[in-house]
Amino acid sequence: MAEPAPAGVWLYAVAAGAPGLLTGLTGVGGAQVRALTSAGGPRRNPQAGEPADPECAGGPALTAFVSTVDLAEFGEEALRRNLEDLDWLAGVARAHHDVIGSLAARGPLVPMRLATVFRGEAGVAAMLEERAADLSDTLERVRSGREWGVKVYEAPAAGAAPAGGGQAAGGRPGTGGAGGPGAAYLSRRRSQLAAQQDARRAARASAESVHRELARLARATRLHPPQAPQLSGARSPMIVNGAYLVDEDRAGRFADAVRALADRFPDVRIELTGPWPPYSFAVSTAGGSA
Amino acid sequence: MSSGNEPVRGRASADREPITGQVVAGGGEPAPDPGPAEAADLPADEEIDVGRERIALVDLLDRVLAGGVVVAGEVTLSVADVDMVTVSLRALVSSVSALAGPDDGERTAGW
Repeated sequence: MAEPAPAGVWLYAVAAGAPGLLTGLTGVGGAQVRALTSAGGPRRNPQAGEPADPECAGGPALTAFVSTVDLAEFGEEALRRNLEDLDWLAGVARAHHDVIGSLAARGPLVPMRLATVFRGEAGVAAMLEERAADLSDTLERVRSGREWGVKVYEAPAAGAAPAGGGQAAGGRPGTGGAGGPGAAYLSRRRSQLAAQQDARRAARASAESVHRELARLARATRLHPPQAPQLSGARSPMIVNGAYLVDEDRAGRFADAVRALADRFPDVRIELTGPWPPYSFAVSTAGGSA
Repeated sequence: MSSGNEPVRGRASADREPITGQVVAGGGEPAPDPGPAEAADLPADEEIDVGRERIALVDLLDRVLAGGVVVAGEVTLSVADVDMVTVSLRALVSSVSALAGPDDGERTAGW
């Protein structure tokens, strides 16, 4: 009885040239991923199983990797609602990422922001043409680079001196000049807090040094907002949540540098993630938000 | 030139997740000498406990929601206008804090 919902087209990434074989690559909602090639190259639409002919790769052709989604779930209204659903969001984010990760292992690409949905292939083709120069520039910028994530936290010891006794409320500050138990407590507490603040400041300075040092090995950097402790699962505050675009042949050096920095700055804890496809560096330069 | 135990090489085979929050060192923990390549070959994905899943998800959302090229998809132009990052992270925060309680007190699943 229900009419078939109109189909939308989910866009994962754009790469240069003709696509390789995509057999078995499934994306959001388990749909088969397919390639749309446009602009400059022969416009074709290789289905799974039909080997793409590398000879056909036109010079500046761009290929969009897409799959079909149900607009009842991925239309504008539905997206608004579903993006508020963590389980839905998690599943879709992983599916999106799995496709991009698989494709990135084959060659350079520009990942798209999550939930880029068109009403049909024509829309994708038009976008490819319209944004060809911009996309090619971005592709060039991230080519041969991989993104590494480095999160720097205060080391557990740095901020958290165990909070002192609970009698604070009782002790009346400022009675008598010297020597009352209240005064002693207060001064102890004060120096404790000062020490904590110093430790925190030092950790912050260390984290900044870590970032500076790593930035020297990277082609580009981007700082994401530090993750809230409830999200990161870490007990101590995150100071730096950095992304580093590193040339593939410098990845080893980068990882070594991270380790060396962790030794050099014991008042911070460092986590390394990656390599990621260059999400954080595939931000459009033309059109839209600055 | 990138051969041997170059971390990047591991990526192709492990087409799932990048490594999830490898503690490199600090706080006295010995740096696990395997590079990310080995770390990426974690046990079966199903075995990764909940805590780890969460951590990886946060890192992933940092990227897929705040990274990636924004193009005007016919459906999603206006959604992007609404600032998807805020929308989704709000969902994430409320959901996680509902699970974990205000003080991140209990860590489940053997984390």
